[in-house]
Amino acid sequence: MDEAKVIKLYDAKIGSFIRITSIDLEGVMRRRLLDLGFVRGAVVEVIRRSPLGDPMAFRVSQTTIALRKEESQRIEGELV
Amino acid sequence: MKNSYTVALAGNPNTGKSTLFNALTGLKQHTGNWAGKTVSLAEGKVEHKGKTVRIIDLPGTYSLFSNSTDEEVARNYIVFEKPDVTLVVLDATSLERNFNLALQVLEMTTNVIICINLIDEADKQGISINEKALTRKLGVPVIKISARNKTGFTLLLDTIDRIHTGKIVCTPEIIFYDEEIERKIRQIEPLVREYLEDSISSRWVALRLLDGDDSLFQQMEKRLLVKGG
Repeated sequence: MDEAKVIKLYDAKIGSFIRITSIDLEGVMRRRLLDLGFVRGAVVEVIRRSPLGDPMAFRVSQTTIALRKEESQRIEGELV
Repeated sequence: MKNSYTVALAGNPNTGKSTLFNALTGLKQHTGNWAGKTVSLAEGKVEHKGKTVRIIDLPGTYSLFSNSTDEEVARNYIVFEKPDVTLVVLDATSLERNFNLALQVLEMTTNVIICINLIDEADKQGISINEKALTRKLGVPVIKISARNKTGFTLLLDTIDRIHTGKIVCTPEIIFYDEEIERKIRQIEPLVREYLEDSISSRWVALRLLDGDDSLFQQMEKRLLVKGG
């Protein structure tokens, strides 16, 4: 069976969909992201990247959320 | 049985919570300050079945854990002021996002009604919601309303009354975590219960302890000290 490729949200291409597998963040920021829908198993769409590459916009449970590199580098998932 | 009782409205921002509040109370609201907080909560009244229902409009939040002042005020009210019934208002067109808060409230307190608002908007978008299945699954009443069109109000007020009088007994579905967390809850919960004597859900406090929720424990220390004299 093919193992799905695991990448960081930060490295994902615009238009791709990623199923979250891990969130390597702690404390208030982790809680905040969980509340916004960045939970394990959730599928996130990469919407756009700002001109300098940071922040990036993601679509998660029907809402667009922008994340800084500091956070999007710490969230991993497999391409769907 | 008391002749007046309290209902708190919780919900995400933009779910029509304040529309519901105003429709129920007929705009007869005033804002009040609550112990130790500068964020004000709107309070109004509605007469139903010969009783006065005090309705408190909590700040709109996505969560009760992320430590913004709004979230703290809403959480403190539900946990420490203990409204007789907590109404969680959800946006029918965005249930996935909205259920985060609903499930948090179901872990904190027992007498909860899930109120699915904007049902007219959901109909337009072709979304149909099986409230009976949700009621069975969650263990608390789930009611569809449109605050804008004032539909579903009679059922909502009757359900609030039936919870208050004990004709409906809420049994919120317990959310189970993985074995490591459950094992720790089993260790901590009896100690918590000994200390709090069921004044606050001991399972919920055990979970907050595991989470290291300092702001909650500061509040508990403050409030329990005051009550203990």
